[in-house]
Amino acid sequence: MDNSSIVLEMTDISKSFPGVKALDKVSLTVRRGTVHALMGENGAGKSTLMKCAFGLYHPDEGEIRIEGETVRFQDARDAMDKGVSMIHQELHPIRTRNVMENIWVGRVPYKKIGPVHWVDEKKMYEDTRALFEDLEIHIDPRQSMGELAAAHCQLVEIARAVSYGAKVIIMDEPTSSLTEGEVELLFRIIRKLTAQGVAIIYISHKMDEILQISNEVTIMRDGQLVGCWPAEELTQDLIVARMVGRKMDNRFPPRESHVGEPWLEVEHLTSANPHSFQDISFTLHKGEILGLGGLVGAQRTELMESIFGLRPVASGTVRIGGKPVKIKCPQDAIQLGMALLTEERRASGIIPMLSVQDNVVLANQTAHTRQYTGGRLFLSEKKRRDDAQQYIDSLSIKTPTQKTQIQNLSGGNQQKVLLGRWMLTEPEILILDEPTRGIDVGAKYEIYTLMTQMAAEGKCVIMISSEMPELMGMSDRIMVMCEGHLSGILDGKTATDEQIMMLASTYQGAAEGGVVQ
Amino acid sequence: MTTKKKFNGKQFLVDYAIYLILLALVVIITVISPKFLSFSVFKDILMQSSVRIVVAMGCMFIIISGSADLSGGRMVGLSSLIAASLAQQATASLKFWPGLPELPAIVPVLVSMAVGVCFGVFNGLVVSKLKVPAFLATLGSQMMIFGFSSLYFNKAPNNSQPLGGLAKGFRDLGGGSIAGIPIIVIIALTVMLLVWVMLTKTCLGKEIFAVGGNLEAARVSGINVFKIQMITYSIAGACYGLAGALESARTSSATSAYGQGYELDAIASCIVGGCSVAGGVGTVGGVFAGVIIFNVISYGLTFIGISPYWQNVVKGLIIIGAVALDVRKYASKK
Repeated sequence: MDNSSIVLEMTDISKSFPGVKALDKVSLTVRRGTVHALMGENGAGKSTLMKCAFGLYHPDEGEIRIEGETVRFQDARDAMDKGVSMIHQELHPIRTRNVMENIWVGRVPYKKIGPVHWVDEKKMYEDTRALFEDLEIHIDPRQSMGELAAAHCQLVEIARAVSYGAKVIIMDEPTSSLTEGEVELLFRIIRKLTAQGVAIIYISHKMDEILQISNEVTIMRDGQLVGCWPAEELTQDLIVARMVGRKMDNRFPPRESHVGEPWLEVEHLTSANPHSFQDISFTLHKGEILGLGGLVGAQRTELMESIFGLRPVASGTVRIGGKPVKIKCPQDAIQLGMALLTEERRASGIIPMLSVQDNVVLANQTAHTRQYTGGRLFLSEKKRRDDAQQYIDSLSIKTPTQKTQIQNLSGGNQQKVLLGRWMLTEPEILILDEPTRGIDVGAKYEIYTLMTQMAAEGKCVIMISSEMPELMGMSDRIMVMCEGHLSGILDGKTATDEQIMMLASTYQGAAEGGVVQ
Repeated sequence: MTTKKKFNGKQFLVDYAIYLILLALVVIITVISPKFLSFSVFKDILMQSSVRIVVAMGCMFIIISGSADLSGGRMVGLSSLIAASLAQQATASLKFWPGLPELPAIVPVLVSMAVGVCFGVFNGLVVSKLKVPAFLATLGSQMMIFGFSSLYFNKAPNNSQPLGGLAKGFRDLGGGSIAGIPIIVIIALTVMLLVWVMLTKTCLGKEIFAVGGNLEAARVSGINVFKIQMITYSIAGACYGLAGALESARTSSATSAYGQGYELDAIASCIVGGCSVAGGVGTVGGVFAGVIIFNVISYGLTFIGISPYWQNVVKGLIIIGAVALDVRKYASKK
């Protein structure tokens, strides 16, 4: 192919954030009229690369050329004016305004009469209609955005990108919230766009879609480029192998597992939200660490938060120690010996302005107030201090004093404070949602050690993790979810990252033997 | 820790700004008019502050729990009417409830507190069950309460006449003294003590701070957020009810205009006293200083002969300054 067909060329792009090299000399070449898929595990650097292409990040090194001309985008608007548009995974339309205003927001056509710019409603309507006709989108430009389904919002977003004269449209997980029929609709529009010479960069975890729609596939891993291949040369197995191919190093404490009797039994649990998890059944044993793997959108967090009583369930049963239980709110779960370390430390974990002491004793003091008051009205300062000190020592939390506000601690230490909060309630079932995200290696190891100890004491541990090595290094069994379904359970000792990746990106359905082994 | 804690001048200023401003005000006023520094002035300011302290203590619960309440002032108004109407002498002319015997002073106080709790429960339900933003929910209840108190005030045979002829026992709550200390000041200080104990020594207090600091985290940790919201609004209502009774005892009267604007003064005192608008932060001492500061301004400026119209200018500046400082305090830690 000759060079004139190249529309976007990114060469040796590097980008660092404090403590992390997110991109290391990554290159990407996108040709006119093609769909170029970008693949990699969570954290491989796909989104960072695309944010560089769209002007949201400025690369530290490297060059971006559009149709051979070197560009440096100031911001997203600049990128759009120069022909690059991006459809984000989470759309943020202005729901209270109509479709055409959403498309032309920021550059509404106007007539100038005197000093006043009057909105030219008629031109806006006609332009929108012409745009939609061209793309064969059947939406009334005057309809309120809030009334549109997710798929239609996305089409409006695509039309908006086209209206900027986009030469390249980046789509980040465009099908994550679409039904199968809607995916077909999206693909029709994509084919129409490529026929008009527009290039699409398509980020997705869904391999069947990638192989169906794309012309070329670029694979990334740990911020580096693995390579670029024509789609017809690839198979799902090849893609997975290239996405995960890394060596394991010894970052986990040694442990012998003694898996005991079944303790937590979940049967046919289905979320009250129809877009969330469906028909999940699994059993957790005493002394077991159960890993829970899957990609973004697999509904793992939703499943665990529902079991913990934070989200409503539609049907299914939960049994603890053989007895059926009804968990309607976290208080119920805590009384039944459950603990949940949530994924978002800032949003639902720490209470930033309260002290380390307050944060440690919070859950236990509420669940077992008598331990602190001895049945009287006042809390025992001594008990609070001793409890907090116990976990500051045993988890080696680095804090100047117990009275230090938790927001002044590092992320790893905050996480350990939250672990201490739950350990204090002496849980039988400890659920950890991405427990090591965003914390340093040392703190990670301490958290792994704690999990190992818990299991050795016969407690049950569930760990949601998006990090393959962690899943394989820590788990007795690995449960993998995909789009709200349980796609398989693997033995932690023998599981390979290829197997996990395969289960995480394809749900075959229970009828086809979804449970491996 | 082997490192000595270094004195950080800037941090000291930020942490103790409220007390320093109060001190500076007193010093300035005393320099201009040395008589200001006397026991009687001190007593006057405390007496004038007492009702405001009780209102601010109630308001503080709401602010610490991360919520808002605009209905406090009108609740003071309604409860002052109810207390006064039940506290009239048996022989008072134009009696609100003709034929009602003279009741012990505690009865009108308890009834007005109970009314306050009822409206507190109402606010709490609207906020936590109907999910109406607290600011708007209490704006609505503020109007409703003013409507109710106007209706009550206009009830025949009273027909919107200021209530008077209050029993001595009741009036003593506002004007009497024990061992030279005004009873109303003793009541306000007792309320402060109770609130301090409740917020710092009990599980409930810790849970209120947790809900205000991070509602989601509190919920995950097993705190019943609904219960906490209902309790904070109820306690606030009880405080407003008590404040209303004290207000009518202090002035030996009541009209439906009582309490107007007290909620904004209370919010201002809380914020100036170091409560975070975002919730989760606040101390009894700070809020007390916040109330006193505003009363020192109004009393002190009059004392040295400055036009009362300047008072509002100064108060307004202090509120803006306090919030600007607050924003910096938390912004620097992010």
